[in-house]
Amino acid sequence: MTDMTDATRVTAAATRPALSGRVKAALTLFVLFALMPPLASALNDPFYVLIGTRILAYAIAALALDLILGFGAMVSFGHAAYLGLGTYAVAILSGFGINDLLVQILAATAMSAVFAAVTGAISLRTRGVYFIMITLAFGQMAFFFFISLSAYGGDDGVALASRSTLLGMEVLKTDFGLYYTTLVMLIGLFFLCHRITKSRFGRVLTGIRENPTRMEAIGFAPFRYQLTAFVISGCITAMAGVVLANQAQFVSPAFMSWHKSGELIVMVVLGGPGTLAGPIAGAVAALLLEEWLGALSEHWKLFFGLFLVLMVLFSPNGITGLLKKLGFGEKQK
Amino acid sequence: MTALTVTDLCKHYGALKVTDHVSLDIAPGEIHAIIGPNGAGKTTLIAQLSGQLGSDSGRVALDGKDITHLSMPERVRLGLARSFQITSVLPGFTALENVALAVQARQGSSFRFFGTVAAERALNAAAMEALHEAGLDHRAQIPARSLSHGEHRRLELAIALATKPRVLLLDEPLAGVGGEDAETFVENLRRLKGRLTMVLIEHDMDAVFALADRVSVLVYGRIIATGAPDAIRSDPEVRAAYLGEEEQEIA
Repeated sequence: MTDMTDATRVTAAATRPALSGRVKAALTLFVLFALMPPLASALNDPFYVLIGTRILAYAIAALALDLILGFGAMVSFGHAAYLGLGTYAVAILSGFGINDLLVQILAATAMSAVFAAVTGAISLRTRGVYFIMITLAFGQMAFFFFISLSAYGGDDGVALASRSTLLGMEVLKTDFGLYYTTLVMLIGLFFLCHRITKSRFGRVLTGIRENPTRMEAIGFAPFRYQLTAFVISGCITAMAGVVLANQAQFVSPAFMSWHKSGELIVMVVLGGPGTLAGPIAGAVAALLLEEWLGALSEHWKLFFGLFLVLMVLFSPNGITGLLKKLGFGEKQK
Repeated sequence: MTALTVTDLCKHYGALKVTDHVSLDIAPGEIHAIIGPNGAGKTTLIAQLSGQLGSDSGRVALDGKDITHLSMPERVRLGLARSFQITSVLPGFTALENVALAVQARQGSSFRFFGTVAAERALNAAAMEALHEAGLDHRAQIPARSLSHGEHRRLELAIALATKPRVLLLDEPLAGVGGEDAETFVENLRRLKGRLTMVLIEHDMDAVFALADRVSVLVYGRIIATGAPDAIRSDPEVRAAYLGEEEQEIA
């Protein structure tokens, strides 16, 4: 029995490290993000702040997708729908003269929660490739719905007159303000997701990923946990959409196209699924490559594809895996 | 009252009757072994009892409560647990985490999104106790994928025990475990005797005759005999259908 208590103590110690590798990696990224705008202005390249905001917004979406793709093995190929719901929440509310970011976020998450609950409940009746296909189908349904919404420009989309306000203040008016507000959101959401993955709920979700039959055999019905995670992920993705609408000051169904869903998956896979910090890095890498390769050649997607193939071949766990091979980060659990 | 009552349970795939009007009355605290040649339908029967597989007709009752139409998770929560013939654990989780998850399933809500689960003492302590009973407490921190085959079999048992079942369905717990390891494993099971009811499917006849209070013989989905181990051993029909076959193989 003494062995037993010893072992229990070991557990408590082993599971409470000062800071896990995942958190350290994320904090490093956040510091770099925080330093970027002053650096960009010093280099007389303030345009990068706006590009940076776009990167941070996609980082939020990639983080959200990782929660279900990496931790729940649910490959949603329709997550762009939530980006779109976020952007349209901004456009539609501003049409009614409501411009506050918090209200927009609230509306975007509420709409996304409903959409995710309904489509998730149906999609989760399938697994694997079928799940991918059915989420794609729902994503396309949302896409075509907004294309037919002529009041908001249909196919062409609609430009926004101004950026959102934050509690009535025009914090987001400057590119710096928008950038740092987005960064605060990203940091908050990262820690939210991190807590979730370490919680009781997170352990169940990961367990279902590892072996759903075993989970049923100890008394868990996977569906309700998977659906909850799916809804949370959709809501967080919608917040990224709210930011994107402000960043582009333009809203169109293009945000919901299946290409976008694919790009989000690429970001997660590129960064390393199931790591949270990885997909944030994945979003940075994918968008910077798009930016740079795009400047080099109009056939940049060819080079990007080549890069992806090499990445998947040589580092199946993405950037996270690459860093681990080089001796950084935490041990694989 | 019986702990587990099975009445006229049937399952067929097309014309093939895998479970053919099986009836069993298992008393509380009993270890009831089900033996039979390969392909007799033992694992199918366990799958039906555990709720993993639906039944075409018949009835299953746990402590008198009809559970025929309940799902596997619902049955587990009522106290009917199973182990798997082919090890089925969470490979990326440590042994302790595998078992702690089974404790979590019956202790408190799993819709908690914040507190760190790995730091929950109550879960870890209960999990360690189950690991101890299965003889695996010294390997608690090892990821399940790194455990040996014999250790996997113990982990299967520990996970099932951690759900605190009243009735435990053991599908060949000793599969692939040999020699001394098998003996200590049988000893672990014997210590549980009386505390919970067990339905044991096992090919290891030494283990069956050492543990079982009663034995049922399943052949082509039908129970051809039920009785005390000694009576079964000397039953001519059983010998012809099963035991004899094995003796011939040995000879």
